[in-house]
Amino acid sequence: MGIFEYAPAPESRDLANLKPHYRPFVNGEFVDGSGEPLKTINPATEEVLAEVGTASVSDVDTAVKAARKAYNNVWSKMPGSERAKYLFRIARLIQERSRELAVLESLDNGKPIKESRDSDVPTAAAHFFYHAGWADKLDYAGYGPNPKPLGVAGQVIPWNFPLLMLAWKIAPALATGNTVVLKPAETTPLTALVFAEICQQAELPPGVVNILPGAGDIGAALVGHGDVNKVAFTGSTEVGKAIQRQIAGTSKKLTLELGGKAANVVFDDAPLDQAVEGIVNGIFFNQGHVCCAGSRLLVQESIAEELLEKLRYRVSTLRLGDPLDKNTDVGAINSAEQLAKIKGLVESGDAEGAQRWTSPCPVPERGFFFAPTVFSDVQQSMRIAREEIFGPVLSVLTFRTPDEAVTKANNTPYGLSAGIWTEKGSRILWMANQLRAGVVWANTFNRFDPAAPFGGYQESGFGREGGRTGLEAYLDV
Amino acid sequence: MSDRISVAKTYKLYIGGKFPRSESGRVYPVTDTKGKFLANASHASRKDVRDAVSAARKAFGGWSAATAYNRGQVLYRVAEMLEGRREQFVAEVSASEGVAAKKAQSLVDASIDRWVWYAGWTDKIATVLGAANPVAGPYFSFTVPEPTGVVGVLAPQQSSLLGLVSVLAPVLATGSTAVVVSSADRPLPAITLSEVLATSDLPGGVANILTGRASELGPWLASHGDVNALDPTGAEPSARADLAREAAGTVKRVLTVPDAEPDWTADADIARLRRYLEAKTVWHPLGV
Repeated sequence: MGIFEYAPAPESRDLANLKPHYRPFVNGEFVDGSGEPLKTINPATEEVLAEVGTASVSDVDTAVKAARKAYNNVWSKMPGSERAKYLFRIARLIQERSRELAVLESLDNGKPIKESRDSDVPTAAAHFFYHAGWADKLDYAGYGPNPKPLGVAGQVIPWNFPLLMLAWKIAPALATGNTVVLKPAETTPLTALVFAEICQQAELPPGVVNILPGAGDIGAALVGHGDVNKVAFTGSTEVGKAIQRQIAGTSKKLTLELGGKAANVVFDDAPLDQAVEGIVNGIFFNQGHVCCAGSRLLVQESIAEELLEKLRYRVSTLRLGDPLDKNTDVGAINSAEQLAKIKGLVESGDAEGAQRWTSPCPVPERGFFFAPTVFSDVQQSMRIAREEIFGPVLSVLTFRTPDEAVTKANNTPYGLSAGIWTEKGSRILWMANQLRAGVVWANTFNRFDPAAPFGGYQESGFGREGGRTGLEAYLDV
Repeated sequence: MSDRISVAKTYKLYIGGKFPRSESGRVYPVTDTKGKFLANASHASRKDVRDAVSAARKAFGGWSAATAYNRGQVLYRVAEMLEGRREQFVAEVSASEGVAAKKAQSLVDASIDRWVWYAGWTDKIATVLGAANPVAGPYFSFTVPEPTGVVGVLAPQQSSLLGLVSVLAPVLATGSTAVVVSSADRPLPAITLSEVLATSDLPGGVANILTGRASELGPWLASHGDVNALDPTGAEPSARADLAREAAGTVKRVLTVPDAEPDWTADADIARLRRYLEAKTVWHPLGV
């Protein structure tokens, strides 16, 4: 350690325009929710950031009614070319307020400012730009002429990419002519409520977008509401299954974007330094709070030692700490609950005989932090090889032949993403064919773009977000 | 001289390219719409479902990896073989559905034509649903459709052949494999179709056809861990919510189907093909 000393380079938290109170957004206005207010905290310091009013079940009904009215009277009747302009406006406003949104996101979520600033917020804006263009071109999307919207969409999003997941949900819903009631995660509601201000600034008709902070019970009430036509959920597989059960037998259209345990496969001819960067990006990006994280590293046996050595050195240079510091690579774990879950799974790795290596980086005394950790000698039967950890913990397994790599990579009920590292083009395409995953990154990892469909196989959920394919989720086709 | 006694046929299941009896040994009587006894059909059991799923899984690797051109050839071959046994199908459809011979002929013809229609889709669907994604960065990103896996199909209860073909052919066209529960009261065209499939170059296990009750077998298909998608068309509308709940245990793709059986004589579209496909997006850096 200590090759380079870095002076702190903190971003100003004043940019976040943090307010003491935030309220639910219904029918174009901020209203008092009748649920218990919650306090959202900064996971890097455990200090309370703001009090947030939450919705109760009766507020869900009010919001769905507002969305229905907006759908019937305004939004479904509006020509696509007009809807498009609202989406373009929103995209621009996100860009204009990007510094504010990035700082607020890092405060509320704990993610490094360089990620919220360079990845989350610009990609969120890009989703609105991309879908804006579809609003008046749906006849060309391949679902036949004049495809119809579904109606009111109930959307529930997770805490790992609060604003980006909102954009993934709201942009396609509005572009296709649906109206929305969205529930952000309990621990990260703030950027969604600033997004509500942006909807006001864009003069979006009241009721087209409604945002209800709250916990799982509000999500369940929203998903189960009789006047919701479309349910979109991103989150854990466990909750996804519960939602699928909950709405079984109804005519609601459902898309699920659930967990994963992605294999990142490194062959002996891979450019090792690039692969190491990709592995680090694959698992330590956003503290590993990424459903498509490359959490199972499969290394060809002949290069395992060499790669592990390079990997440990590289990981030891990652700086952990203040999310608002522009030098920070790994920020805070989003909640005490999540930190406890990570610790529990890491302990199971120890108990089941895997070799743990933890980065010697300094760890702040306050806040929820977990030092980057790499397990080697991992067997497929271990919990750390089977269960999603959703934290900065990598499990390393080895293989000898391409066939074995495929078999091991596919040995999971999940199927969200996968990585391949090799110089051999024919092998990349062969592997990409064999891997049962919705996104395959070859010689790169964790790339996202609104033009590229994203979503999983089997227990990683169904439906896609992004691209032409993603429009299907919001159309009656 | 007495009149010749016809050779009565014993109807069996179609699993893994073979024609076993039900493991349970059960049979049930099949009658025409006027109640006249036609034959006994096998009454498939939970174990038969499991055997069929395991055969379908075993066949999935080969069938999904077959070239689209090859799959198209095989599907067209099914149409050819069906055409060759047209008269038998007309008689069975007529007896099963209680329709006049002329109507039965047109249903059989439509069934043959449907195989031909889907045969032509096998090597075009990727072009229609796939994409080169214009991402904002130095990457080549493309999206290809891939078969979902093993599909459990509860075939329509009314339309004994055309309905069955309309739900089975799209599964096979996309490269998935199928376990089908035929119409309970009208199973004979399904059994004869399995004889056609067995002689159509379709690899054993790609299509498996069980005769029996959707109400009994549906839940086993819906809850089976190795079934990836479920078409509940032939289930009672009142049973569909339970099937969908069972299917949630493994995040199965469950087709949304109308309560009433659709008019299968209407032209097909690609909706059913789409539902058995996953979109896989592949990224690779560009550079020199």
